[in-house]
This record gives sequence, C-alpha cells and structure tokens, in this order.
Amino acid sequence: MTFPYLSVLTVAPAVGAAVVAALPRTKPGLAKTVALVWSLAVFALTVAMYVAFKVNGPHFQFRESYPWIRAWGTRFTLEADGIALVMLALIALLVPLVILASWHDADDRRLTDPAQVPAREPGRRSVPAYFALLLALESTMIGVFAAADVFLFYVFFEVMLVPMYFLIGSYGGARRQYAAVKFFLYSLVGGLLMLAAVIGLWVVGRTSLGHATFDWAQLTHVSMSPTTERWLFLGFFLAFAIKAPFFPFHTWLPDAGGAAPAGAAALLVGVLDKVGTFGILRYCLPLFPNASRYFAPLGLALALVGIVYGALLAVGQNDLKRLVSYTSIAHFGFIGIGIFAFTTQAGTGAVLYMVNHGLATGLLFLVVGMLVARRGSALVSDFGGAGKLVPSLAGVFLIAGLASLALPGTSPFVSEFLVLLGTFTVNKTVAVIATFGIILAAGYVLWMVQRTTQGALNPALEKIETMRRDISAREMAVVAPLIALILVLGFYPKPVLDVINPAVKATFTQVGKADPNPTVAQGGGK
Amino acid sequence: MIIAADSLQLPHLNYAALAPMLILFGGAAVGVLVEAFAGRGRRYPVQVVVGLASLVAALVMVIREAGVRELTAGGAIAVDGPALFLQGTLAVLGIVALLLVAERSLEPGGPFVAAAAVTAGTEADRAQAQRRDAGTEVYPLLLFALGGMMLFVSANDLLTMFVALEVFSLPLYLMCGLARRRRLLSQEAALKYFLLGAFASAFFLFGIALLYGYAALPASANQAGRSGITFADIHAAIQDSTNSPFLLYTGLAMVAIGLLFKAAAVPFHVWTPDVYQGAPTPITAFMASCTKVAAFGGLLRVLYVAFERAAWDFRIVIGVIAVITMLVGSILAVTQTDIKRLLAYSSIANAGYLLVGVLAVGTRDGLSSTLFYLVAYGFTVIASFGVVTIVRDADGEATHLSRWAGLGRRSPGYAGMFTFLLLAFAGIPLTSGFTGKFAVFGAAFNAGQVWLVIFGVVTSMILAFPYLRVVVLMWLSEPGENTPSVSIPGALTSAALFIGALATLLLGVAPQPLLDLTDRAAEFIR
Repeated sequence: MTFPYLSVLTVAPAVGAAVVAALPRTKPGLAKTVALVWSLAVFALTVAMYVAFKVNGPHFQFRESYPWIRAWGTRFTLEADGIALVMLALIALLVPLVILASWHDADDRRLTDPAQVPAREPGRRSVPAYFALLLALESTMIGVFAAADVFLFYVFFEVMLVPMYFLIGSYGGARRQYAAVKFFLYSLVGGLLMLAAVIGLWVVGRTSLGHATFDWAQLTHVSMSPTTERWLFLGFFLAFAIKAPFFPFHTWLPDAGGAAPAGAAALLVGVLDKVGTFGILRYCLPLFPNASRYFAPLGLALALVGIVYGALLAVGQNDLKRLVSYTSIAHFGFIGIGIFAFTTQAGTGAVLYMVNHGLATGLLFLVVGMLVARRGSALVSDFGGAGKLVPSLAGVFLIAGLASLALPGTSPFVSEFLVLLGTFTVNKTVAVIATFGIILAAGYVLWMVQRTTQGALNPALEKIETMRRDISAREMAVVAPLIALILVLGFYPKPVLDVINPAVKATFTQVGKADPNPTVAQGGGK
Repeated sequence: MIIAADSLQLPHLNYAALAPMLILFGGAAVGVLVEAFAGRGRRYPVQVVVGLASLVAALVMVIREAGVRELTAGGAIAVDGPALFLQGTLAVLGIVALLLVAERSLEPGGPFVAAAAVTAGTEADRAQAQRRDAGTEVYPLLLFALGGMMLFVSANDLLTMFVALEVFSLPLYLMCGLARRRRLLSQEAALKYFLLGAFASAFFLFGIALLYGYAALPASANQAGRSGITFADIHAAIQDSTNSPFLLYTGLAMVAIGLLFKAAAVPFHVWTPDVYQGAPTPITAFMASCTKVAAFGGLLRVLYVAFERAAWDFRIVIGVIAVITMLVGSILAVTQTDIKRLLAYSSIANAGYLLVGVLAVGTRDGLSSTLFYLVAYGFTVIASFGVVTIVRDADGEATHLSRWAGLGRRSPGYAGMFTFLLLAFAGIPLTSGFTGKFAVFGAAFNAGQVWLVIFGVVTSMILAFPYLRVVVLMWLSEPGENTPSVSIPGALTSAALFIGALATLLLGVAPQPLLDLTDRAAEFIR
C-alpha cells in the first residue's frame, strides 16, 4: 500500500482551513503564517507525489477508493493521470504564492490617500476567514482534479463555488456583489445542467452495466443510443464551457476577474477555469466519444470565436484586471482548439497550455494586483510611465506580459506552438485563423504594458506615496518562482510533457482518434 | 334498528401497532385536562413534559413495531413500511418543532398569545400583550394535529382518511391564530386557512362520494364483500367496475385537490404565503415540515395503493401540476421581500420537487426517494424557520429582508448556519438538499419522466437566486442602522437549530443509513 497522496492532499487543506478559521481575528499575522506554512506543506507533499508518479506506468496512478453511498454506487474514489497530476502540481504551487501575494489584501483597505480612509468598524473584514477560504478553495480544487467518481467530481465541482463566491463577494473590489452573484449563478446553471446529465448517465449506466455505479472507468464502457449520448454530452459540455469559459458563455469572467482580489483572481483564472477544459478532456471525450466527434466542429468554432473575440475585447479594455480576464478567454480558445483537434500533439499542447497559462496569467494577475494595490485603481488610464517610479515591478510586469503573449523562450510558446502544429496537420483553416490570435495577443499585451509603464510619467502617480515603493522582498518571493518556472519550462518542457503525453494519447484512443501519420509529402493526413 | 348480537363483530385491533397514535391522542387528552385543572403557573412545564414524553413514547413504539406489516382495525388502518416510516418522521420532526414552540426565553411569555379570545387592538389586548405568561393550549393542539397526521398517513380507506384530515387540520387552523404579536395578521391567516381548508375538505368529501359510487357494487353482485371505500376496493374496481369511468376520474381529481391543497401545490397554494407569514413562526416551522410529510404521505398512499392502475391517466395531470408548482414557487420566490414569504414560496417549489418523486409511480425508487426528500426537507425547513425566530428587535421578529442586511457581521455564527441551510435549499452538494434532489430526480429519470427532471433543474436555477440574495444581504451588505442582532436563543431553540442543521449536514454527507431505511420501508400493503 503506497502513501494515500490524493486523499491526504484533498483533506489537508480543508483541515488547514478549519484551523485558520478558528484562530482569533485579533491575531491576523498568526493566521497568515499558519496558512502559508500549511500550504507549503501541501506543496511539499505534491512534489513528493510528482516524483513518485511513474512516467511510463499505468494511465491512472495513486488510486484510492472508499465506500460512500452504497445505494447509489457512489464511492470516494481518487486517482490521477498525467493531466490531473500537472494540474495538482500547479494548484499546490500557486496557492502558497497567492497567500504570500495576498498578505495585506484582507487587511483594512489601505487607500492611497489617507484622507479618504473612512472610519471603519475595526476588523470589518476578517483576516483569518480570507486565508481559510483560500485553503478551503485549494481543498476543493484538488478534489475536483483528483476525483475518479463522477458523483464525487460533481460534488467538488459545485462546492468549489462556495469559497470562491465569498472570496469575491466579501473581499473584492467595487462591483463585488454583482460579480459574486453573477459568478455563482452562471456556474450553478452549468452545474445543474451537468447534474441532469450526471443523473442521466447514471441511469443509463445502471441499465447498461446492470448495477448502479459512478465509477469513471466503468462508465466509459457504457453503451447508449446516439441521441442519448449527444444530450448527455451537451449537459456536461455546457457546464464545462461556462466554467472554462468559452464564447458565448464567458460574460461572467471579466466581471468576476475584475472584482475579485488579485490573489483570488489568479486562482480563478489560473486554476478554477481549467476545470472546464480538464472536464472536457476527462469526462466529455472518454464518456461520450461518438458525441465528441459529432460536436467537435462546434467546439472548434466556439474556441476560434473565443480567440478572436476575447483578443479584440481585451484591446478595448481600460481596466487591467478585466483586460487580463479577456486575454484568458482568448487563451482558453487555444486550449479548446487543442482539445477538439483530436491529435496527441495538439492535445498535449492544450494540457501544457493549461499549466503554462496558469503560471503566466497567474503571474500577470498577481503583478497587476501589486500595481493596483499601489495605485488604488485598476484603470489603465490612471497609470502612465509607472516604470519610472517602480522600474523593477514594471520589468516583472513586462515579463509576465511577454509570457502571456507566448514569446519564444517562455513556456506558453511551447504549448501554443504544439497546439497550432497539431491542429495544422488535421485542419489548416482553424490553425491559420488561430495564428492571427497570436498577433492580436501581441497587440493587447504590448499596448497594455506601454500605456501603464512606459511613456511620460502621469503626474498624479508621483503624488501617491505607495507608488514610489518598488517591488518588495515578499513580492519578489512571489514572482521569482513563477518567472523561473516559465523560463525553465520554456526551454526544457520535457518533465511536464513526459507526464502529459501518455495521458493525452490514452484519452484520444478512447475517443477512437488515432494520430494521422505526419506524411510531409501529402501535406498532412486526413 | 335492532342488530343481532352475532352480526356485529368488533374488528381486530393490533394495539401495539396503533400505539403511536393512541399515545398521542391520549397525551393530547391529558393536555386538555391539564388546561382544565392545573393552575396557570404550573401548566407550562407540565404541558411541555407531557408533549415531549408522548412524542418520545410514540417514537419508541414506532421503532418497536418497525417490522409490522398488516391491516388492522377492520382494514381501516394499514400499518406498513411507509406508514411506520412517516409516523417515525412525524414524531421526530414533531419533537423538534415542539422545542421551538416551547421556547420562552426569546421574548417574555413566548411567541403565543396569553388569551386568544381577546379582540385584537383593544385595551384588553394591549394589557395581555404585556403579560409574562402565555396560553398553553397550543401543546394539546400540537399533539392532536400530530396524532391526526399519523392516522392520515396510515389510513387505508377514504373515510378514515377524511376523519384524519379533519383531526389534524382543525388544530392547525387554531394554532395559526395564536401569535402574540401582529395578532390581526395571525387571525387573518387562521381564517384564510380555515376557509380555504374547508373548501378543500369539501372537495375531498365529494370526491369520496363519487369514488364510492364508482367502486361500490350492488349487494347482489358483491360476493367478495367489498365495501367500496377501502383503497383495495378502488384498486379492484378500476379493473372490473362497470360504472362510468367519469365517476372515477372526477372522484380522483377531487380527492387529489383536497390532498394537493394540504401539500401546497399550485394552483391550490394561494393560502401558503399568507398563512406562513401570519402564523407564529414555530407553528410555521411545524406546518412546513409536518403538514408536508402528512400531505405527501396521504397522496402517496392514495395514488400508489388505490389508483396505481389509473397511473397512465393521472400521471400527465399531476406532472403538469408538478411543473407549474415548481415554476410558480421558484419565480415568485424571486420577488419576495419578507423572509417568511420567501420560505413559503420555496416550500411551494419544494412541493413540486416532491411531486416529481411521487410521479415515479410504480417504482420502488419513486416511493423511497420521496420519503427521503420529506425527511431531508423537514429538518432543513424547521431549522431555517428556527433561525427566523431568533433574528429580532424590540418589535419581535424582523422578517423584512432589508432588515437582514449585514447580519453576517453582527452575528456570524447564526448567519453562517442560515447560509448553510440556504445552500441546502439551493441543492449544493454536501447538504441534504442535494442528496434529496438527486434521489427524486434520479427516480424520475429512471421512471422515464425526463421532462420533469429538466423542469426540476431549470427551476432549481431560478430558485437559487432568491437564496443567494439572502446570502448577499447577510454577508456582503453593510449593516444598516436597524439591522437587528440575533437574540441569544434558549436551550430549546438551540437544540432545535442544532438538530436541524446537523441532520442537514449528515444527510448530505452520509445519507446511506436513511436511504437503507427508506428502501426497506418502501412497500405499501393493500
């Protein structure tokens, strides 16, 4: 019996959340420290698990299964394939960094102008609660990626909303209430559609298999009529398309991303939304292979529209956090293309993109958060020439931006390249249109960086005392690991690719899509 | 008329199996005697002890007789799985409701009027409002109502059922009018409930007459000795009666109207918001849980035992009623500004979900899932009305939603508990609301009623909005000048809240024991 990595990883942050929440509100420093240490311990355990993962071993590893609700065939089953493994690693890495980056986010809001600071009730926003919510969120995120039981997955999928809802609603910016409710309702709509599909799958599976089960592996063998399969696919797909978000289900993301505190936004876009694309890979494709092939053009079309549409809207944004949110919609388009192209190369690129996007956009959100915390405003027009005041922070901002637009040498480039290459072999039109997205990405990122940090110094900035503080040691500790990873994986993605590749190959085999032979003479196979 | 001694045979009575009802009626009679002979000061403790003791004794008898499956009292009463299960449910929920009713530390004298006959608004009324004591007639009334409900769910012919209906309805009408504060509202509620309830009873009675005309045989043809009134007779008559089926359908419709009125299904729901709002809140809690259990217990028995063979005919009608119940309940809940009315509309929508379970007719799952939902919903709704009783200011309970703004800051513990209960209503996993919905939707899906599941899911989305609005008000809004704080509840209310919230959690996390119980109970005898 090996060490039960996955269940410990799922439960440990929840226990941590309870511990942190129980700490007195009068000792915020203690709560922060405990949360940080706890999340670092989770990270250490995840690293150990990553090392223990056998690269050329079975598709799924670390399986644990405990009985839960016998009457429905529900089991508490956890296991990880390569895709889930890298996502778990991403979560465990991001959470301590986010905790570190949010160190002062939950303190009484420090407005830049002391005269504006209103007399607030002391301890209006509970600091321990903020960090407890972050840890609770980590627990549900790990659970959702580790679950191998459809019912259990659904439970985590829905429960995940609750801590995020409170993070946005209680600790967010100006339109936090609206954003939190919109986020919750959109996700709940998707979740309930999925619930109907989950129930349908369960009933169909019970008839087909002869016993009630939610076990993922068993449900992949269920045979059903094409009509049923398409409806069930749509139930799952809509939930994931809202979560990811794909065009036209994306409108909640800019609101949520714009209103959430920077740390929570980094987790929201960096990890939470990946549940959507992960869900398509893990659930839609293997469970409904025929419907997946049937609806693949739809998926590709939505993804393409997302790439162009997200990029165009990003160009027009004046709010930094909303801008980054829109860029993510474009990036999710790339991931979507990689998934629905059904080649191992594109699929591997898509999964790698999920990781790299988490690193790059997570970094971008955190750096934006640092800028916003200094300026007291997220509007691009409120900045201008900030690089003259905070040169190092502006430099980090530039690096994050370049990583986000997939500059060669940064890790997102590898994934974007793989997606486009893998797509080109089967569908040239899609690949060509998507390539235009890269040009647009260069436009919005560079223009954003230029308007905020370059050019003439905005005189209003100089008057703000906090704007003179360049990047602190704490903030450096946040960005350094992310930048290092982005560069290392940009040049040497093998450790991640080796883990992802077999899992993606196995997934596409379940869909019944073998890779086309890359016969150069014919310009790609059919 | 002289009846020969040998022609009148006393029916066999299984006293042990009837004991729960006998105990409650006996306890109620003792309560009436206490009212008559005990001194004013001593009545309260005596009544509370008599009430609790009777309920606990009834529960013990239900558990002791759990294995009994027989018709007794000359076929008038069926002691079978669903009957015993529902009787046990009623006893447990009755105990929890009694705890709320008996709470006197929240306001001097408790929530009940000291002298119900005093005209509201007069000098005498103001004088009695100041009194520190209160009438105790509510305790025997509660026991009569519970006894009637227990009889109702085990009645095996329509006449017994009608008697039981009146036995539990009359005390309910009275209890609605017993509020200490806002007496006019309370009396209006009582009168409204009484008048509409009388109509419903009349429909029920007329339906019985028509069904008797359909099922009874002329003496010459009655070799089997059918009385024409028991469910088994109706069941047999549907197959072989030569009478006009018009009698059957009209009779069934009228009986169903009587039952659906008690269940608060649309379009027989109009009394619900007014009565729920006007009645003393502990009584509202009692009605929302126990009346629902009784009404659906009766409906299940009538539809499953008497009219199973007409299922094809009524399924579509009740299905339409279920859909409009869910739609009207959820849509109107969105517009409510009073927490008690909001919960009333939510209770209407939940009647719709229960009907979805009922409509999985003929499957064991349909019955057992409805039983499960009744228990799950009962605990949650009692606890949530319990929270309403403790959010108060100088004028009593603060039920207008605007008054709940910022409650989370003032009283995080109870606001947190209420949030949990609202999430349960919204069907978020790890609460009993989710497992209950899963059970009934799964059963309906399995029985081929996919359209009901789709409507159930759609209305769940709508219904999530009002719940979320309350959560937003409590946590994300600033406390206003007149945000009431939560009164520290006495031991009785605390116990009721604790039991309700704990059951909501346990049935959400580990529903297996109750699922086993409902599965074992899910078989009617005819």
